[in-house]
Amino acid sequence: MTAYASDVAALTRKDLLLELRSRDTLPSLLLFVVSALVVFHFALPASSSRLAAGGLLWVAIVFTALLALGRAFVAERAERVLDGLVLAPCDRSAIWLAKGISVAVFLAVAEAIAVPAFALFFAPVTWAMIGAIALADVGIAAVGTLLAAMAAASRARELLLPLLFLPPVIPLVVGGVGATVAEDPGRYLAFLALYDLLFAILSWASFEYVVTE
Amino acid sequence: MSTWLRNSRGASLSLAAFGLLVAGVALAVFWVPNDADQGFSQRIFYLHVPVALTSYACFGWAAWKALRLLQTRDQRYDLESYTAVHMGVIFGALTLATGSIWAKISWGRWWVWSERQLVLFLILFLFYSAYFMLRYSTEPGPRRANMSAVYALFGVALIPVSFLAIRLAESFIHPVVFNRHGPQMAGSMFLTFCVCLAGTLALAAALYQNELTGKRLDARLRALREALA
Repeated sequence: MTAYASDVAALTRKDLLLELRSRDTLPSLLLFVVSALVVFHFALPASSSRLAAGGLLWVAIVFTALLALGRAFVAERAERVLDGLVLAPCDRSAIWLAKGISVAVFLAVAEAIAVPAFALFFAPVTWAMIGAIALADVGIAAVGTLLAAMAAASRARELLLPLLFLPPVIPLVVGGVGATVAEDPGRYLAFLALYDLLFAILSWASFEYVVTE
Repeated sequence: MSTWLRNSRGASLSLAAFGLLVAGVALAVFWVPNDADQGFSQRIFYLHVPVALTSYACFGWAAWKALRLLQTRDQRYDLESYTAVHMGVIFGALTLATGSIWAKISWGRWWVWSERQLVLFLILFLFYSAYFMLRYSTEPGPRRANMSAVYALFGVALIPVSFLAIRLAESFIHPVVFNRHGPQMAGSMFLTFCVCLAGTLALAAALYQNELTGKRLDARLRALREALA
């Protein structure tokens, strides 16, 4: 294992261990995503289609991600851990990658509850949907981690993150909803993969500038 | 000497913008033939499209300055990138307004989701408005400059991705109904369009120059005040 990979592994392990011991984020995420689906049931008129419900699943995923991202850098900000990490002799992008992986893991756990709940409450789940959700998680974690680091450095943290995060994830919602409702989901999945690739590279390359002066 | 040069550049750009825009509007109103399909109202095209292209140019310029900032860490690029985003948002808002007027006249609705460029501008407008929020809620300094630059770079990556997304979305939200341009442009139309485009670009450059001069003066004044205090 190279030094970079072991740095990432150590940082990811730190985040996951912290969550396992304190259980700060995950229970709230699970509760939130199920509550959101219940709210959506009442927001949808009784005669609305399966397609509308598919769109709402994506709204639930985006807002759950927002909740997870808002918590992502809380531990780092307290006691100025981020400054310590930046001073540590490791590549700064490793911090981004580790945080991104832990955010993606949290999201995946939340979706492991949300998707069966969606199937139970609304409509059956297709493999294309699951593929789209997995691809969107990568994009959300990549872009969201970078923007969460920016928001954490500002005064209006909780307020700023949704403003920064929602416009750039509109393409992800388009791809996800497309893969959920279209007959041939192939090109939507390809689009999601393209988004992931582009923004992951961009975020990976630019994270260093966000945390340093 | 250099200050005088900078000031006169702003003045000459303003003059050029004024001349070109007056000429462009005059050409668009009196010279070009009516559009066969949409009649007189199609002439808003000569304002709407140049304004939209100018807005893209501003965002591109902002990203270029942002890239230079990250490369050189020279703080003066921060102000230039910020001013360019500022101009881009102003022209973006103008694009939304003119597009909305055109949509009302052509299709009877103020907002049409099947009009790709308008939807794209709405997303970009939201994205770049958050840029100001980011700047205003962060302490001034090199870190804010870096974050703004990274965000501005994300913006230019988002433009083609969003455009692709909107095209994809149309196939399940809306069928493609409108093809605004229809036939190719005639020579006189193209010339008028070019004059108008040059006019709006000159206007953006003049505004950019004047805004930048003002902001630099502000910064110098503040530095002087701090030195005196």
